[in-house]
Amino acid sequence: MNTLALTAANLEVGDAGITAVLGYIVVFFGLVLLMAVVIIMGKAMEGTNKKVEAPAPAVPAAPVAPAAPPAPGSAGEVKLFDVPDKEAAMIMAIVADKMGKPLNELRFKSIKEVK
Amino acid sequence: MNILETLSKLATESGFAGFFAAGGWKNLVMIAIACVLLYLGIGKKFEPLLLVGIAFGVLLTNIPGAGLYHMGMWDAYVYECPYDAANDYALYNAAEERGYTQEEYYYYVFARGCGHTTEQIEAYFANMAENGSDLMTDVQALSTSDALDEDVVTAIDSNLKSELSFTDIIHLGGLLDILYIGVKAGVYPCLIFIGVGAMTDFGPLIARPSSMLMGAAAQMGVFFAFFGACLLGFAGNVAAAIGIIGGADGPTAIYLTTKLAPAFLGPIAIAAYSYMALIPMIQKPLMRAMTTEKERKTKMEQARTVSKVEKIVFPILVATFVILLIPSTAPLIGCLMFGNLLKETGVTERLSDTAQNSLMNIVTLFLGISVGATTVASRFLSLQTLMIVVLGVIAFMFSTIGGLLMGKLMYKLSGGKINPLIGSAGVSAVPMAARVSQDVGREANPNNFLLMHAMGPNVAGVIGSAIAAGFLLARFG
Repeated sequence: MNTLALTAANLEVGDAGITAVLGYIVVFFGLVLLMAVVIIMGKAMEGTNKKVEAPAPAVPAAPVAPAAPPAPGSAGEVKLFDVPDKEAAMIMAIVADKMGKPLNELRFKSIKEVK
Repeated sequence: MNILETLSKLATESGFAGFFAAGGWKNLVMIAIACVLLYLGIGKKFEPLLLVGIAFGVLLTNIPGAGLYHMGMWDAYVYECPYDAANDYALYNAAEERGYTQEEYYYYVFARGCGHTTEQIEAYFANMAENGSDLMTDVQALSTSDALDEDVVTAIDSNLKSELSFTDIIHLGGLLDILYIGVKAGVYPCLIFIGVGAMTDFGPLIARPSSMLMGAAAQMGVFFAFFGACLLGFAGNVAAAIGIIGGADGPTAIYLTTKLAPAFLGPIAIAAYSYMALIPMIQKPLMRAMTTEKERKTKMEQARTVSKVEKIVFPILVATFVILLIPSTAPLIGCLMFGNLLKETGVTERLSDTAQNSLMNIVTLFLGISVGATTVASRFLSLQTLMIVVLGVIAFMFSTIGGLLMGKLMYKLSGGKINPLIGSAGVSAVPMAARVSQDVGREANPNNFLLMHAMGPNVAGVIGSAIAAGFLLARFG
């Protein structure tokens, strides 16, 4: 052990063990409390959002606009083979982005996972 | 003009001559280590942004005669003792601390002047009665010894500047000493944390707050390595600095080591960054060994959407709450959350952009090279460095194990809804550890996307390691 290390006292094994366990407990305690705070914050935000949304039905309903016709080229179905919907949406978005064309100008016939 | 004399002077003062001086071979070894680190950084891309800077700092500081970094001066600064600038030598005021008698003090002064270490002097005092030594006779012998360095004796006796300030260091030091002030003052790690905060999305953690438990469990390695270091004979403060390697968080490791054990900054920083680059190699075998195929295949449900307001409130809430809980975390948590607030407000885009890019790059540059400069051969090449390297990998492994165990517990408690692989991401090392969870998850089930789920424990680990550092700082600082 060099001189610098000697300037601080070594810990007894018991003290070192207690410090280690105590430290781990403190980290848990801190993060568990933080978890509780974040959960409360989430609930509070949820409550606020509901309150904001609640008055909406009181407003006289605007005449319902007829459903917009599908954009040209966006009609039809994409056949998916072993590909979940979310992944398919992601792939289509990436292809559109790479090609530099809006998604509704492209037509996808099928997406199949290559194994 | 005497040409021969001039050439001889040039030869003796050159750095090459330094390699042939006592211990000069160690500098050669360190230069070789610097080249290996440069290869790892450039060739193997191991955390190159920091490792290349650290490696170059190692190279510069170990070129004899370069005078860019003065270890003795920083020792004198840390231990508030006289500094012999001519020999870059800190005279530890152990004599006063230990309450020596006048005779013992004389012995101490002359023995130091003859090159004896404090350890040897202590051993002499301890064995004096057994050996039947006569203190004053030995003092007399030392004072007339050929090995006596009068400068050292004068320095101790004249009580040179007993406390160096940063201003003194700017006057006396080299370029890397000046840059190192930013590390010593704890500025660089905190500025890096502003950048880290500005680059971090806490959304996955807000959406699934239970991730915090995995971030907490993954600090197991910190305390396990701390305990191991104590068993190996390291002092408590040094053991704490070694343990924090398990937090897998470079700035936190540097910050804590600078505060608690600055003499060990070089090996600890190098171990921390090297292991962070090796995370896939360390974690993957443990993840496969500790989880079943069924557990690894678990697909997790999409977490809820987090509103912008929640993301803005989160850093304010966390900074206030954690700092109130453990005030010594203030510099790290404060800066991390400040950076995150800049990102989330949406009205400080320029500041957020600067924190993420320009500021981060400039500070990384200064931090790397000045941390590397602390690896002076005479101190770095020791058994302690080897022990730190071993303890570092143990710390990483146990942090991974802690996170995985919590992941498995949460898998059971949630009825198989949480993939335990995301627990290992609790070691921080953002985003590398989360990517490892994603990779191992996809190996078991190609349709498994764990990255965003693993980001929750991953960023919780950053907060967890800052809390662990705060605790150790409060205990040993």
